[in-house]
Order: sequence, then structure tokens, then C-alpha cells
Amino acid sequence: MKRAFLGEFEEVVLLTVAVLDESAYGVTVTQEIEQKTGRAVGFSTVHTTLQRLEEKGYLSSKMSGATAERGGRRKRFFSVTAAGRKALVDVKSIREQLWDALPPQTLQLMGG
Amino acid sequence: MKPPRWASTLLDWWGDPNTVEEVQGDLLELYEYWVETGGERKARWRYGLSVVKLLRPWAKLKENESSPFFLNPDMIRNYFKIALRNLVKHKGYSAINIGGLATGMAVAMLIGLWIYDELSFNKYHKNYDRIAQVMQHQTSNGKIYTGTAMPFPLGKELQNRYGHSFKYVVMSSWEGSHFLSLGEKKVTKTGNFMDVDAPRLLSLHMLKGTYDGLKEPNSILLSESTARALLGDRDPLNQLIRIDNKMDAKITGVYEDIPFNAQFRDLTFIAPWALYVTSENWIKRDRDESRWDDNSFQIFAQIADKTDFEAANRHIIHSKLNRVAPEDKKYKAEIFLHPMSDWRLRSNWENGVQTGGLIEYVWLFGFIGLFVLLLACINFMNLSTARSEKRAKEVGIRKAVGSVRSQLISQFFSESLLVVTCAFVLALGLVWLVLPLFNEMAAKRITMVWSSPQFWLIGIGFTLFTGFIAGSYPALYLSSFQPVKVLKGTFRAGRFAALPRKILVVVQFTVSLALIIGTIIVYNQIQYSKNRPIGYDRAGLVMIQMKSPDFYGKFEVLRTDLKRAGAIQELAESSSPLTGVWSNNGGFHWPGKDPNLDTDFATIWVTHDFGKTVGWQFKDGRDFSRDFTSDSSSVVLNEAAVKFMGIKNPVGTIIRWGEGKNREEFKVVGVIKDMLMQSPYEPVKQTVYMLDYDNVNWINLKLNPSRSAAECLTAIEAVFKKHIPSAPFEYEFADVEFGKKFAAEERVGKLATFFAGLAIFISCLGLFGLASFVAEQRTKEIGIRKVLGANVLSLWSLLSKDFVMLVVIAFCIATPTAWYFMNNWLQKYDYRSEIGWWVFAVSGAGALLVTLLTVSFQSIKAALTNPVRSLRSE
Repeated sequence: MKRAFLGEFEEVVLLTVAVLDESAYGVTVTQEIEQKTGRAVGFSTVHTTLQRLEEKGYLSSKMSGATAERGGRRKRFFSVTAAGRKALVDVKSIREQLWDALPPQTLQLMGG
Repeated sequence: MKPPRWASTLLDWWGDPNTVEEVQGDLLELYEYWVETGGERKARWRYGLSVVKLLRPWAKLKENESSPFFLNPDMIRNYFKIALRNLVKHKGYSAINIGGLATGMAVAMLIGLWIYDELSFNKYHKNYDRIAQVMQHQTSNGKIYTGTAMPFPLGKELQNRYGHSFKYVVMSSWEGSHFLSLGEKKVTKTGNFMDVDAPRLLSLHMLKGTYDGLKEPNSILLSESTARALLGDRDPLNQLIRIDNKMDAKITGVYEDIPFNAQFRDLTFIAPWALYVTSENWIKRDRDESRWDDNSFQIFAQIADKTDFEAANRHIIHSKLNRVAPEDKKYKAEIFLHPMSDWRLRSNWENGVQTGGLIEYVWLFGFIGLFVLLLACINFMNLSTARSEKRAKEVGIRKAVGSVRSQLISQFFSESLLVVTCAFVLALGLVWLVLPLFNEMAAKRITMVWSSPQFWLIGIGFTLFTGFIAGSYPALYLSSFQPVKVLKGTFRAGRFAALPRKILVVVQFTVSLALIIGTIIVYNQIQYSKNRPIGYDRAGLVMIQMKSPDFYGKFEVLRTDLKRAGAIQELAESSSPLTGVWSNNGGFHWPGKDPNLDTDFATIWVTHDFGKTVGWQFKDGRDFSRDFTSDSSSVVLNEAAVKFMGIKNPVGTIIRWGEGKNREEFKVVGVIKDMLMQSPYEPVKQTVYMLDYDNVNWINLKLNPSRSAAECLTAIEAVFKKHIPSAPFEYEFADVEFGKKFAAEERVGKLATFFAGLAIFISCLGLFGLASFVAEQRTKEIGIRKVLGANVLSLWSLLSKDFVMLVVIAFCIATPTAWYFMNNWLQKYDYRSEIGWWVFAVSGAGALLVTLLTVSFQSIKAALTNPVRSLRSE
């Protein structure tokens, strides 16, 4: 099967959802990314990426957990699907293969 | 501490409705977080920015999961599957739908092919759009007459003086039939004598020989079929043949037969103009004396490459007027070019103005074709909408389980497309079957153009178009139903839902009725003209054209021998056939003549027994007689002539003809009732009959009435073979030739009958479907009525009444419309029938009868149903 392409930001979002486990929804994912990467990410970017990942079948979602601070509106909780997990593992193994293929002297030069 | 109102409202209105709930929540939460971390100003800014970025169309739409795209291949397959199942389930409806539509399409296709054939007439010639016939307008007695007959010197004049306008100018004789003989082989073929450039002008396809084949005066070009008829498979080149037993010619070329849909289709040989000129004394005289006053020839021309017809017309308009004798200037001859593209379709002239011609029929049949097709489409729409109430539930359920409107529309369109495609295939078959019959009726040789991509393009485009038109109403109407109403059962089609259906039925019957009325009127006119008194007795009259010199000087022997053989009652010769006038002349004078009157008479030379042969009837005076030797300078006039001359006592009047040394004097000895020799639709022309035994072209025979025609003809043939062995025995019956004058009108009549019949058939088919639908819909009502005591008659009238009303309305619209158009049509005939009220009564009654028959079948069936059955169901 053709391996689905996973963009850099998509990978970050997907990983973050995996990290947050049960409590991943728009707000937490945005905040987590901001805190972990230190870069200011727009909510809209995160939102569309989450939707795209769901369309690609890497995420599934369900609505629940209405609270008063949200004006009684429900949250859309995301969780990583099997395909999502496989995609993450794939990306990771490719990265590792590439690191492993790096000649030792280059690795040293890079301070690794 | 609230986020900006404008942003929230914006999100409310324009956010993606599928995700708006969680997005609003998330943003509220984030807003608080942003206020805590960066202050209110920054938070408001970020909130607004996020909202704007999430608005459609920037943010991606989350797709509606429940409905696939309506043109998804799976959906399309589904549409057709359902459509097919629907067709098979309602076999009756499908048959009516497909059958009716196929008939309509077949008619439209036939008419399309016919129109195509008419429009491509003469296109065989490569220079189609640069060829013209030279014609002239002449004024006489205040009226402008237009004709193709031209004086001899005009051809040279056009070539010499106006040569820059023309590439070729070709003089030509009239198309006539001639004997061609080669050894023992004799055939009669039609052909012309034409100038050297004729093959170039007509861009003939030479199979043998060259375009220069007419250079030698004693040469001839044959068409392929003529060459085959004369020579079989032998090489025709340089063979010697005789034309009319008086001219010798060498075959110098063979050209491909000119196709049937061309003016020159009967041009089966071309002999040189030079040969023609030397063949007859009067033509030689025309040439030698350069006679401008004898219009006896045709001229064809191809205009020069850089000019156009208008410019050429401007140059040549006075080419004749400038050369005629001073006394002939009063005719104001105007020469002009009639382009080849107009020969077929625009060849009627009235008082110097072109008034159309066959093009009217092209339009007429085009409209009829469209109307018949329209009728068929109306059927389809009517039946589909009538069934809509049945299918309303289906639509409701489909919508309830998630169909969107576009899918329903495609569903209905694919159903109509399926029906139309079936109908198209069926129509192709029908056309293929009917084409030979149609060709015979229309006197055409149309073939199916299976291999033409244009035909298929039009055919398929036409199918799609029809499918779209026919399917549009049900598709748009049915798909608009509200599921809640339909499923709850409160859906009622309302009082006006049936209105469009009724209007459509009225349209159908209006068209059908108008066609029927038109057909009756056409036939009435033909019959009326056929019954016109003709002034002589056609029964057993046979005409033989004297095509070669061998016929002449044999009058007495033929007459004696034929009478002795008992084959004939009488025999006479004449200069014109009984069904035409070959010669018209002016220059007559009589006592009391208005000096300004142009005298144009039909002049016919006959032998003594002409009157006895044809049985003309005297009003006054006596017939030519052998007892009076002075009769060689006597004339017989017809009533029209007496009226034209305006004389009180015609018998004994002296008529002077000609001037100077050509001056002759005649005494009127008798006046006959008008003899109808030309068009049966026009008044009989003033005619002078004179005695002459040399200036004759036809032998007229009155068969012996006590023997059968076949017996007589065998005997006659034997006598002719004995005295004129060189010529084939060929004869024509006067009544048959006369009947040919009605060919055009009869053809129109036959075609109109054909189309009117089909229109009525299609309309009835639709009515039948509607009636059966109504009967079915009212099954329960009928059941209850029967239980309560209604009888079959009252039920029948209840069910039929509505339809009869519609037909009556249609009748009221069709009558004045048809009257208007047919009255206009009749105006072009001088001798025309009146449109009687009976025409409308008959067609109205006929339509009513057909309607009742159609509807009754269903309504009586419904009325006879056992109420127990109809009430028990459900």
C-alpha cells in the first residue's frame, strides 16, 4: 500500500494528540504545541490540520464534555487510529534509518 | 472580558456548520487563556484573526458524509438501475412513452433528412455558389412577367460586352427527349444542346474524354448510364451515333451521372450548341438575323471569380434593352442572374418580385416536424407528471433517507434519458424501414447517412436535448416535494396541478386538428382543380411526339392505315401537346383593338381533324373543314381570346398577324369553349388555333372506344413500325400527362396526411395513457359510485367528459388558425376552392370520435370493474 504523506506540522499535531491521549481537543492541542515547541501556532491552523488528519483516517473524533466556560458547547475529542499510529511509526523508522546512515564523522561535526 | 462581538457573529453566520459548535467552544476557552497569558488586547486580536481564518471559503469544508456527489459513478449506475426497473415494472406506460417518442423522433428525422436533401440540392456542382441562370423581367399590359427564355444574340452579347463579369456563358436548348441510335440500338434520352464550356461550368466528373469534348460541332458527351444503355461495356470513345435520325455525332466523352438531387439530373447527354443551331431553320434564322425579339433559349453563366451576383446584375440589367428594336423597348426588359442556390427553393416570381417557392414547404415541414416532436415530448411529460402522485411517496422516502435534490433530479433525468435513448434507437429502425416508402411519396432518393459524423452528432445532440426537455418537468417538479407532507399523506396535487397537463393536451390536439384541417383543404383543392371542366374529352387520347424527320409527311398513310386497322377513331396533328402550350406570339391586330394592348396569344397549329380527335366544343361558328379551301387562312379562337379581344361578334372577324412582308390575314370561323392545356390552377390563356400540316410536333390519336386500349396500341404500334421503322414507338396518354400537373400538390397532400396521421396517433397514444391513469386513480371513487347506484353510462360520461372538453377547446383554437394559414395558401392559386364549413365540421367530429374511442376503452373498462374488487384492495 502506498504510504500516505505526512507533513511536518501534521506529524507534530498527530504526535501531540497521541501524547495528550484521552484529553486531546482543539484547545489542549494548541496549547500543548505552543508550550512544547515554543512557537506561536494559530488555532485555525491546528483546527484545519486536525480535520485533515481525520479525513485521512489518522484520527477519529467524538463529541462530548460540554462545560460552562465554553458556553455549554461540546468539545470534539480526537484519538489516534490504528492507521495514525502506523503512520507515526513509519515516519519515526524513516528518520531513524536516515540517522543511522549518517557517516560517524558528520555525526561528530554536528556535535551528536 | 468578552471576545469581540463582531467576530462571534461572523463565526455564527459564516462558519462551517458541521464544526461550528466545537470551534465556538474552543475559541471561548482559548480566549480566556490568551487574556491570562498576553492581556486582553492581544487576546481580542488573536480571537479575531482565528475567526477570520476559519471563515469559509478559506477554511476547508468538512464534507457532508451522508450524500455522495450526485454524479458519482456509483450513483449514475444506481440511477439507471432504478430507471430500468421502473420501466420494466410499468410495461404499458413504458411502451406508450417509448413508442410515442420514437414515432415523433422518426418523423423529425425524416423531415430533417428531407430538409437536408432540399438544402443540398444542386451542391453537386463545384461552383454551386457562382453559377446562375440568366433571366428577364418584361412588362406587358402593366404586369411584370419573369422568365428564363432568352433571345439568341444575348449569349454572345454577355460574353463580348460584359465579359469581365463572367467566367463562362453557356447557351442551352431546353431539356428534351431525343432518340439516340447506334447501329441497331435505339434509346430515348433527355439531354441538352449546350455551349462548349458546359462541362466546365457544371464541373462534370469526366470518366472518359476531356472537358473539351464539345469543341467539334459533331460530337456528343454521354452520361455513364446513357453510354451503358447504348454500348454496354464496349469503349464508347469515338463511336458514331445519330441524334433524332438527323444529326451525326462522335462520342468524345463520358461523365459520371449527375445525382438525383440536382436540377440537371436528367441531363443524360450533352450535344454541342453549334449542332443545334444548324439543325433547325428557325434557329439559324435567329442567328443570322440576330433576332432579339425571339425568346427561345436558356443561358447559364458562371460569374467571374472576383465579382458577385449583385455587381454582375448591375452591369447586365440593360444588356437586352439596349439592343432591342425601338418598338420593343416598351417591354422594359431587365436581365438578371438567378443564382443556382435559389433555383430549387426560391423560384416563384410575382410581378417582378421573388415570392419564395419550395422554401415555403421547407419551412412548413420543418415546423410540422418540430410540432410532431413536441407532441411526443408532451406525451412524455404528461405521463410522467400524471404518475407523480404515485411516485410522490417514493420521493418522500428517498428524501427522508438522505437523498438530496440534485440526486433526485439526476434520477429523473436518467430515467427520461433511458426512455429517449430507447426511443432514438427505435426511431432509427423506424426511419430505416419507412425511408423507401417516404422516398416514393416525396419523390426523393434520400439515403440514411449512417457514416456521417454530422448525422450522429445531430442525432445524439437531439436525443440529449429531447431527453432534457421531456425530463425537465418531472425532474424539477417531482424533486421539489416536501417529504413531510408527502409521507404524512397530506400531499394533494391541488386544484391547479392538472392544469399544465390539460394545457399540454390542448396544445397536442390543436396541432393535430390544424394538420387534419390543412390536409383536407389541400385535397379539396386538388380535387376541385381535377374536376375543373377541361373543354375536351380526355378519354382514350394518346399523344406521340414527332421526334425525328421520319414522322413528317406520313399523315395520310398513317391515318388511312390506322383507321383500316380499326385501332383509332380519329387522328390529328398539332404543334403543342394537349397538356402544354409550346408557342406564344404577339403582333395580332383586329378591328377595334386598343392600340396600347400588347397582344400575347398562345398559338397552336393543328390539322383538320383536331377538333374531332380531342372533342372540343363549339360555342359559336364551325370547326375547320376540308370543304372550305379558304380554311388555310381561318382561325378558331377560344372564349378567353374573345374576352381578351373584347369583340362582340367574333365569327367573321378578320385578324391581321405580323407586319410588312410577314403580314397575314385570318378569318375567325369558330369559337370553342376554353380548352385547359396548361396549369389547372390558372385561367386558360387566350388561344388562336390555326391550320398547318408542317408546323406540327405531335400526333394525337383517339383510340377506338369499342376495343380495349391495349389492343388498339398493339395495332397502332404495328402500323407505326411499318411506316416509321427508324423510331421507337413511344406514346403518352393525355389523362396521365394531365394528372402529372397535380404531382406537386398531391405530394404535399400525401406528406401532410402522413404527418397528420402520425400527429393524431401520438396525441391519442398520450390520451390513452392519461385516460388509463385517471381511471386507475379514481378506481375507489368509481367503486363507491357503483355501490351507490351509478350505472355504466353515467360513469363513462363522467370519465370522458374532461377529455372531450379539452378537445373542444383545442378545436376552437385550431379552426381560426388553420383557416388563416390555409386561406393564405389558397391565395396563390387563381383557380381555387372555397374553404367550406364542412371541412371544420368533419375534422372536429373526426377528432372527437377518435378521442372518445381512445378514452372510452379505459373509462368503460373502469366503469365495468367489480366494485368489490376496487374497494377491497389496500
